[in-house]
Amino acid sequence: MAEGKTFRNDGYAKVTGRATYADDISFAGTLHMVPVYADYVAAKNVVIDSSKAEALPGCIRVLTAKDVPGITNFGQIEQDYPMLITDTIRSWGDVLALTVAETREIALAAAALVEITADPIKPVLTMEEALSPYARTVPSYGDSNIVVHHKMRHGNPDPLFDECELIIEEDFTTQMIEQGYMEPESAICVPRSDGVIEIYGSMQHPFSTRRFTGALLGEPLSNIEVYTIAVGGGFGGKDDTAAIVCARAALGARILRRPVKMTYTREWSIRESYKRHPYKLHYKVGVTSEGLIKAVKTEMYADSGAYLSVTPWVTWRSTAQCCGPYAVDNVHADVYGVATNNLFTGAMRGFGSPQVNFATEQIIDMIAEKLKMHPLGVRRINMVKQGSTTVTGQVLDDHTVSMEEVMNNTVHEIGYRKKFEKCSLGKSDSDELYGIGLAISYRGASLGAEGMDFCSAIINGQYDGSILVETGIHENGQGSDSVMMMVLAEELGTNLKRIRYKRSSTSNIPDSGSTVATRGTIMGSSSIVLAAKQFKELLSKHLAERLKCTPEEVTFHGDKIWGLTYDQSLTWEEAMKELFLQRVTPYAFGTFQAPDVSWDETNGQGNAYFTYVYSCQAAEVSVNKKTGKIKLLNIVASHDIGKAINKAMLLGQIYGGITQGVGYALMEEVTSEEGRTTSLNFDKYKIPRTTDLPEMTGIVVENYDPHSLTGAKGIGEPALELIAPAIANAVHNATGIRCKSLPLTINPEDLA
Amino acid sequence: MSNTITINNKPVTVTEEQRSMSLLTFLRENQFLHGVKNGCEKGLCGSCTISLDDRAVRSCKMTVEKALGKSVITVEGMEYEDGTIHPLQQAFIDAGAVQCGFCTPGMIMSSYTLLLKNPNPSREEVRKALRGNLCRCTGYQQIVDAVQLAAKYIEEQGLSPLAGCLR
Ligand code: FES
Ligand code: FES
Repeated sequence: MAEGKTFRNDGYAKVTGRATYADDISFAGTLHMVPVYADYVAAKNVVIDSSKAEALPGCIRVLTAKDVPGITNFGQIEQDYPMLITDTIRSWGDVLALTVAETREIALAAAALVEITADPIKPVLTMEEALSPYARTVPSYGDSNIVVHHKMRHGNPDPLFDECELIIEEDFTTQMIEQGYMEPESAICVPRSDGVIEIYGSMQHPFSTRRFTGALLGEPLSNIEVYTIAVGGGFGGKDDTAAIVCARAALGARILRRPVKMTYTREWSIRESYKRHPYKLHYKVGVTSEGLIKAVKTEMYADSGAYLSVTPWVTWRSTAQCCGPYAVDNVHADVYGVATNNLFTGAMRGFGSPQVNFATEQIIDMIAEKLKMHPLGVRRINMVKQGSTTVTGQVLDDHTVSMEEVMNNTVHEIGYRKKFEKCSLGKSDSDELYGIGLAISYRGASLGAEGMDFCSAIINGQYDGSILVETGIHENGQGSDSVMMMVLAEELGTNLKRIRYKRSSTSNIPDSGSTVATRGTIMGSSSIVLAAKQFKELLSKHLAERLKCTPEEVTFHGDKIWGLTYDQSLTWEEAMKELFLQRVTPYAFGTFQAPDVSWDETNGQGNAYFTYVYSCQAAEVSVNKKTGKIKLLNIVASHDIGKAINKAMLLGQIYGGITQGVGYALMEEVTSEEGRTTSLNFDKYKIPRTTDLPEMTGIVVENYDPHSLTGAKGIGEPALELIAPAIANAVHNATGIRCKSLPLTINPEDLA
Repeated sequence: MSNTITINNKPVTVTEEQRSMSLLTFLRENQFLHGVKNGCEKGLCGSCTISLDDRAVRSCKMTVEKALGKSVITVEGMEYEDGTIHPLQQAFIDAGAVQCGFCTPGMIMSSYTLLLKNPNPSREEVRKALRGNLCRCTGYQQIVDAVQLAAKYIEEQGLSPLAGCLR
């Protein structure tokens, strides 16, 4: 693949409007399903009267928890999320019933006729309330609103603070935000004549979708087949809720024996789907006069909302990465997930690190300011280097630790040193104050000690020389299918025209976990390499005789299969035909298991991740003295992703991730009144537009990673996790004001 | 008053009860033009953008009635009859401007109406013209690249900027 040229196997379909997303699919006789909400934030003794709705002509059925053959409550960790409410409402996003009708209009009209009564309870809306000893317990399980508590005990910071020259003690808060995928959730489910329910849905985790559906229907996983179709973005947000939308449509299809479609409006999507955890973070950091961080104590609280979802995993990442990319010898961290009656929170691109980075990367600048050191100097002294021991006790000696290299790249490209001297710090002759800021991070790639980590690939050669490939990684729009095809083409020495990515189904490829945690490229491409190795071995064994050499001597390049000399070669067409004549199926199955990781939950120590992605992003801003408006002037990002496979798509991930981070930094916030979400569409929930962004420069650093079979790591999340503190530092350097909560706002009065 | 809309250069007759429908629903549900996407239904995201008499409009915010007698072009009308694609479509692929693709049809239609008026837009002009089109995946950088690349393709290869269905 020529450098700089983009490959997307779905590019043509997407620019012509032919790409098929869930709501674009219909089958003869499709019924339409609509969710029914109630205006309670917390209530019990729920009574649902659907008689009026069911009397509406064209309304086929109103389904409630009573109709569920399986279990209504499910979840990835704790089975606490009610796919339909039975008795107790715990959040404003809860769904009580589903109307099913011949048309969407009738289903909508019927939903308005479902009558719900319940006894309201006073909702618990803040973490402070939830933690009070008198608080009502929100979750259905356990006896506390503290739903998880991770600890880190690395060395002993307490006695060291006295010896430190400088102690920084600060609080930070981050807001709740929405993933904001452009396509709202949608599903269409079809009951097949062989008893299987087929699912076409806008979800990012087909296997999780199958588990949720199996639970709701009370049926084995083999009864449910989830197909991959085009998905309009996910960013972590299309797991639980999107899976549940599929499960509900499947319930309708099963009971009514007709295809059922459920397409969400933007308002329902924002009302019901889980969000990024808002955090409250407290840090106490002790520093020597040379700028060395000696001791850190931190406490963090994450609002988990009414249901658990993946809060234990999100907060685990915050724990493992609680000190940013710095090797600190003495750290105590306590990270809590807290249940409230707010909307539940779960996975979003970044997953527990954007919150932490927002605090730590500002603290580093604060240290520099107090000690009159350069911010780069403080970073250099403390950052992880080759052979460093991380705060989890992991020695970084088996991959290239490129933190400094990556930082230098960004610094040089943007001209940080010179520009840093020009920062206004609140003083300027014009109305515009100028500032530059940067942030660095390292991110554990893939799941780490948070979960089971393996992935499969299937290569299926056809007798005409064409090749089908699939993996357990899911295409959410990021371009993973294209990357897998490119890796296979490279491994087989053939070209992309020969290869087709097979639309995956959960009944074909084994469960390979969720396409999250920046694991798509590293896990998927490694599984392809393994399958390709087997595939080549099989071919070599059966073609050696024809190529007049030993199997070990067979090579694959130039879209041909070769023996030892130039006159000994086979085209793929000839080779595949030969295998079929020998009654051998050219087929290979490979599973890549992530290298071992370890974790001790009692002290938060272990080899948390098998490798890390190193990143540095910098931003230049101007802040208007009269309005306080923050304008971005320039952004530069440098990331060590191991190896670039599809360069243009990689840059696209960087720019896209930065842009979501810009939204986090400057404008996004899910707002609510008394637990009822008020930012239900893009008028109130503002995300960055073309004119909110400056030109961006992405720098790709490639230090081949020995843990990945292609050398590639990943980029999805690193791109997003650190621009907010970079901007916060730039805003400080422009105004002299330190913003410790997100989104950043500058009150012009403070500039006077 | 006319009871037809020209959709992708073909006349389509509208029935009495279809007049009050939203144009977005009509295009998607009655004309099966699924390239017109629904991202918000409130005129806030631009996913449903079409060209209406060479102006970019949000089809979710208007009724079928308002389009009577006018010419609608959707992303499906951009490619040529023989299946080759419009330079804008090619440029979106080449520049890496497509990720999940949900915003892409709307982006292409807004860019199309821009290039009709301004064959050589600056980056700022592209950004201004696409202000109403949200994209959550790309950060817009490569979308701006794509529009400029399309302008270059059109100029350098002497191509027509017109939608494929009009030729
Ligand atoms: S769907 Fe029309 S602007 Fe969003
Ligand atoms: S490519 Fe996904 S919204 Fe633009």
